[in-house]
Amino acid sequence: MTNSFAEFSRAKMILAIGTNMTEAHPVAASFVKNATANGAQLIVVDPRRSGLADFATLHVPIRVGSDIAFLNGVMNVLITENLYDREYVETCCTGFEALRAKVLEYPPERSAEICGIEADTIREVARQLAAVKPAMLAYTLGITEHICGMNNVLSCANLQMLLGNVGLECGGVNPLRGQNNVQGACDMGALPNVFPGYQAVADPKARSKFQSAWNCGSLPDKPGIMMPQMLEGLLNGSIKAFYVFGENLANTEPDIHHVEKCLSSAEFLVCQDIFPTETTRFAHVILPAAAWSENDGTFTNSERRVNRVRTVSEPPGISKPNWWIFKQIAARFGQNWSSDSARELWDSEISQLAPSLAGVRYERLEGDGLQWPVPSETHPGTPLMHKDGKFTCGLGQLIPVDWIPPAEVPDEEYPFVLSTGRRLFHYHTRTQTGRALGLNELLGEETADMSPIDGAALGIQNGEMVRVKSRRGEVTVKANLTDRVPPGLIWMAFHFREGCANWLTNPAFDPVTQTAEYKACAVAVEKLPQA
Amino acid sequence: MKEETITLTVNGRDVKDRKIVGKKGQTVLEVCRDNGIYIPTLCHHPQMPPYGGCRLCIVQIDNMRGMPPACTTPAVDGMVVNTHTESVVRVRKTVLELLLAYGDHNCLLCDSNGDCELQNLVYEHQIEHIRFKTDFVPKPKDDSSPMIVRDHNKCVLCGRCVRACLNLQMNGAIDIAERGSNAYIATFNNTSLMDSVCVNCGQCVEVCPVGALTEKKAKGLGRAWEMEKVRTTCPYCGVGCQMWLHVKDGRITRISAVEEAQPNEGRLCVKGRFGYDFIYSEERLKTPLIRENGSFREASWDEALDLVAARFKEIIAKHGPDSVAGVSSSRSINEDSYQMQKLFRAGFGTNNIDNCART
Ligand code: SF4
Ligand code: SF4
Ligand code: SF4
Ligand code: FES
Repeated sequence: MTNSFAEFSRAKMILAIGTNMTEAHPVAASFVKNATANGAQLIVVDPRRSGLADFATLHVPIRVGSDIAFLNGVMNVLITENLYDREYVETCCTGFEALRAKVLEYPPERSAEICGIEADTIREVARQLAAVKPAMLAYTLGITEHICGMNNVLSCANLQMLLGNVGLECGGVNPLRGQNNVQGACDMGALPNVFPGYQAVADPKARSKFQSAWNCGSLPDKPGIMMPQMLEGLLNGSIKAFYVFGENLANTEPDIHHVEKCLSSAEFLVCQDIFPTETTRFAHVILPAAAWSENDGTFTNSERRVNRVRTVSEPPGISKPNWWIFKQIAARFGQNWSSDSARELWDSEISQLAPSLAGVRYERLEGDGLQWPVPSETHPGTPLMHKDGKFTCGLGQLIPVDWIPPAEVPDEEYPFVLSTGRRLFHYHTRTQTGRALGLNELLGEETADMSPIDGAALGIQNGEMVRVKSRRGEVTVKANLTDRVPPGLIWMAFHFREGCANWLTNPAFDPVTQTAEYKACAVAVEKLPQA
Repeated sequence: MKEETITLTVNGRDVKDRKIVGKKGQTVLEVCRDNGIYIPTLCHHPQMPPYGGCRLCIVQIDNMRGMPPACTTPAVDGMVVNTHTESVVRVRKTVLELLLAYGDHNCLLCDSNGDCELQNLVYEHQIEHIRFKTDFVPKPKDDSSPMIVRDHNKCVLCGRCVRACLNLQMNGAIDIAERGSNAYIATFNNTSLMDSVCVNCGQCVEVCPVGALTEKKAKGLGRAWEMEKVRTTCPYCGVGCQMWLHVKDGRITRISAVEEAQPNEGRLCVKGRFGYDFIYSEERLKTPLIRENGSFREASWDEALDLVAARFKEIIAKHGPDSVAGVSSSRSINEDSYQMQKLFRAGFGTNNIDNCART
């Protein structure tokens, strides 16, 4: 996020696109709702009438996967009606001419045809956005989980720069991170192309810096591969040994049949976790780890805030903190790592090596933590990025992008679009929430959420069992007829092994980010003989 | 913007010329609290709009009729306020006695014993018996939710839960029904909590000053005064809410939000507040396991780690470092991810390290 959660409740205009905030980020949603109670306008762009849409001044139910067409259409209106922030664009951005040429190919009528909404709605959105400044844009995985996820993100950024909203309080481009420490895992360099603090492995200066800090031999200069490529590698034999730490890939990745084939092809699979999972079934060695409240450490939230996690009890049996386990393996590779606690790892390694975290020390994290960049020990942190339109890398880049349809679209055999996401009462594959007393009572099984109109057409009553089928698999689940879902769409989550949407989802990926298209594939639905 | 200051005289009768300074726009209660002057309250909660319902915060103000509530009365420059005159204290006492009469305030049977604002107020006002006889008829408890128990008989109708649900979480699941001594907190259509639109966020429990709303899972795990509070960060979504773990003998008994902390400003959702006890599941992995003949057997750390190192070495020697790959956890702490990528880069010699950033 370029901005902070606290700004949500003070915002005057919020554009929420592809975010089911009331379920996936409930506390963030409460601030957005507060803003509407204070008179803010809220535009919710989502194929479903999500919980947040109940608070919206305008809900725009675009078709699944039509985001770029929609945003280009909005920008077309902003430019043709001369509503964009000319001064901001001229002084803070580059690439306007190319963007202009591209969005001119998307007059509202053409966008409307792709998005399935009225052209006048697109005009209305553009005019409303231009009328209130600043406006905040928030998005979640509805934007990123497409084969064009990267371009969806660029499109959101284009819009906010065109409106002159980046670098302002209560403005900005704000992706809400799905998991508690996705931000942190990336910051720490658990990515194939960068060291901690986003320093490129391809940069010889960065390599020599880390080499001397880590006191090791020369570091590899070739960026590694991303997770989907690792799974493919297991299947085609290019990856022999695979180390999975705290992820249940057998349920979270698209096309479970395929993922399990990949996992079972590993010559050697190590799983490090706190519970046996569907993934550990394939392991050759399972290493037991300390869990959340059995660890001292830090998480970094969506607004780049580094905050403390504290220990209240010892891990069960002989299980150990994860960092300890990695250290023991390193020792067997002849490396003598000295840091012997999370605090020491942070204070004497991470903060020394990542310039954006240089000023973060454990002793400074007693209160509300610190938002990076924190370049020095006296720096107060950075709640707002790109302040006043001054981008960290010079001028903000407007990058024109084209709409493409999802990799798999409905046809006669598979006439419905399946889109997936999270529900309020559970988290991911329920490794944790499924074992917290009471949450299964609040939500005990998966359902296929669908429009009552489709239900009626197929003769399906609410609560009846249906079979949902894609080219990759099928599941049997209860139908949940709800007018929150538009006709033609089926919506499911991935919390339950039985009826997990990922038996069906399509392993098609964004070519750059390698994010899977969880949000769109084609399925068929049929009524089952009722018991 | 420069804040305008105002000066009030508070309890000048006891302390000669006691002048206190506040900010324009504050209530009498806020000015007094900022200056360390105590006024009892019950319905007031700093995170929510003032309500003026309980009348415990009444004060006397020169040139104002009656006894206005400090929590809703704007402070004005030059005001002369008295917080503890004899008549004010007498009215407060009567208010408390009425509350005690209309309800079943048996602290022995209450989970909030020792953590109850009514109990504290009764003690402070030295009330020794319940003076009034009423026609109070007890209502059945609502324990339909797996998380929250509602006991109407302990409710003091302060309305905090209603405001928490409506103004903080904006769910609007509950409201005050009926009037006068028949009033009670109800869901829409008076259903059980489980059948209402309640999302079990527990914000109402967090703000309830008494034992009318309590947490089911915390029952029997310890008394308020036995708890140690440990601050931490929620393990679920990317908001990163700040929370207090209430710990007894190394076990989390319940969780509350850190009031006024960023980013959550005293709020939590159902997962953060109630999703903690997986830690204590019997299914936890407790020892390293090695696959043998199609099943897993327990192993020591040395054996398991030696095996992992040996197999990785062997595979790297035979197929090169890029034949190994790893995925770090986007749920675990930063230091774990740092350590894992270091192992892959410095130990194994590959950049084949990633995390689940994209789901
Ligand atoms: S738990 Fe949350 S939603 Fe339910 S009544 Fe309480 S505050 Fe409202
Ligand atoms: S349930 Fe608690 S918070 Fe709600 S009105 Fe009664 S005493 Fe107040
Ligand atoms: S309490 Fe809820 S909203 Fe807050 S971080 Fe946890 S899961 Fe997210
Ligand atoms: S605290 Fe002021 S009326 Fe209740």
